[in-house]
Amino acid sequence: MTSVSAATGIVAQDVCKSFGDHLVLDKVSLAVEEGTILALLGPNGAGKTTMVRILSTLIPADSGFMRIAGHDVVTDPDGVRALIGVTGQFSAVDNLLTGAENLRLMADLRHLGRDAGRRRAAELLEQFDLTDAADKLLSTYSGGMRRRLDLAMTLVGEPRVIFLDEPTTGLDPRSRLTMWEIVRELVSTGVTILLTTQNLDEADQLADRIAVLDRGRIVAEGTPAELKSRIPGGHVRLHFAGPDMLRSAAGLLPAAAPDQDQLVLQVPADSTVDSLRELLDELHRARVEVERLSIHTTDLDDVFLAVTGSHVTGRPDKDLTPQGAAKR
Amino acid sequence: MTTLAYTLSDSRVMLRRNLKHQLRYPSMTVMLVGMPIVLLLLFVYVFGGQLGAGLGAHEGRSAYLDYVVPGLLLITLASAVQGTSIMVAMDMTGGIIDRFRTMAIARASVLTGHVLGSLMQILVGIGILIGVAFGLGFHSTAGPLHWFAAIGILALFAFALIWLAVALGLAAKSVETASNTPMILLLLLFLSSGFVRTQTMPGGLRQFAEYQPFTPVADTVRGLLTGAAIGDHATAAIAWSIGIAIVAYLWAIRLYNRRRAAEPK
Repeated sequence: MTSVSAATGIVAQDVCKSFGDHLVLDKVSLAVEEGTILALLGPNGAGKTTMVRILSTLIPADSGFMRIAGHDVVTDPDGVRALIGVTGQFSAVDNLLTGAENLRLMADLRHLGRDAGRRRAAELLEQFDLTDAADKLLSTYSGGMRRRLDLAMTLVGEPRVIFLDEPTTGLDPRSRLTMWEIVRELVSTGVTILLTTQNLDEADQLADRIAVLDRGRIVAEGTPAELKSRIPGGHVRLHFAGPDMLRSAAGLLPAAAPDQDQLVLQVPADSTVDSLRELLDELHRARVEVERLSIHTTDLDDVFLAVTGSHVTGRPDKDLTPQGAAKR
Repeated sequence: MTTLAYTLSDSRVMLRRNLKHQLRYPSMTVMLVGMPIVLLLLFVYVFGGQLGAGLGAHEGRSAYLDYVVPGLLLITLASAVQGTSIMVAMDMTGGIIDRFRTMAIARASVLTGHVLGSLMQILVGIGILIGVAFGLGFHSTAGPLHWFAAIGILALFAFALIWLAVALGLAAKSVETASNTPMILLLLLFLSSGFVRTQTMPGGLRQFAEYQPFTPVADTVRGLLTGAAIGDHATAAIAWSIGIAIVAYLWAIRLYNRRRAAEPK
């Protein structure tokens, strides 16, 4: 997990943080390889924001070792600050300035120089589709525009490492897609990103690796595919009209788990057409009548619910009533 | 660039930001600059006849105008720093401060920008008020050096009050609190020699009035502008200013560095 070379990306080892008696981070370790995205996934109050605030030098950790692109967060915070960009959960924009002024403020604070700063501001306004609103005060901006400006401000200094704390919370679907596109472009230029999200789809879409944080601990870590394969979730649920049929089917399929009350048989299976056809053919040959069936594939929801201590609930992707196949 | 050069550059950027805020938030700026002028008119034309009679001069109202100008100059200070406190609290309760803190900028520049911005606003406010006072017939015996000294004393005291307001703004949990706490300065000003002579006050109050910072500042400025006796008020005014500035500065820096360090989420 922490095999990333110390010179690049983000490395955190055994980070602990308490607020009073409340242990918020309990020996959290994570590593983000240069040029990749790690999604820190977790329910509300898991400690995601605290972790980002610590890594971005906003608050000190109680203990632990952290390096951002080779700079120690504790001993060289200014070295870290010069390399990172942070877009927090709450918009960090200056409401009494215009969009362009906000960007130029960032350029001035990054010491880009007047001309270079203006050029960079214009470039980002263009890239984030804010050119028309450049000279308007922020009070006229929509939520999506503010978020885009917020991220644009983060990018003024061309940071090598970016922290995005729930960057799409509160955005409409279109703005979210735009934001995802921007994030993908950033990574393609070699930027390292630590993204926190509660949105599983977002983690699945964007992240190279996912770390699941629950009550201050990392409870699972891996690529989205690795995490999904870790949960034995793929199955077909067969619904029967009566207990006789359920019994016959259970006799036929010893690996399956019958549920007498609901008259349901849960059969482990992947969702390929062939395996499904095979299963239905077998039932058909034995003259077992299936009322209807539903197919369930593993997704990050299962992983999330499983590793964060809740129960995996059967959430069928599709409910099928194969009248032709099961009825004569 | 050296560290010092970065600090200067960052502070200048923050100053520009704060001056822009003052222009973009004109209702507050106009209120803070305008209120002392309204009060000047009120004191001179409504209260001035009667209060001036108490000064024992013939031309009561115009004598009172000469007396009260330092008081109104101090109103300018006290009302402007209320704005400082509000602006600081607005910054601290908004998200932008976290952005500044994650950038490699001179840490104090955020506060320095507020302090310099407020100081400039106060100097402009003082200039406008003096202009209006002259328009109403203010008589000054002061030569250029006296004027320079009077503005200097006011600027020094303003510097101290601004740092105090910055600390109050940092200490406030909300913008509303930040706008209320500096009111105490206005109250202190009314309990000083700014508007009436302390000799006319009852015993305990008079003692309080004589041993609080607004009285020596008001008396020093009055002495410099109208030739009244200054005595040891100048020393007291400078001592109070430096003392308040140091304590408030240390308090503000402490609050600024500690802020949010222990705050969950």
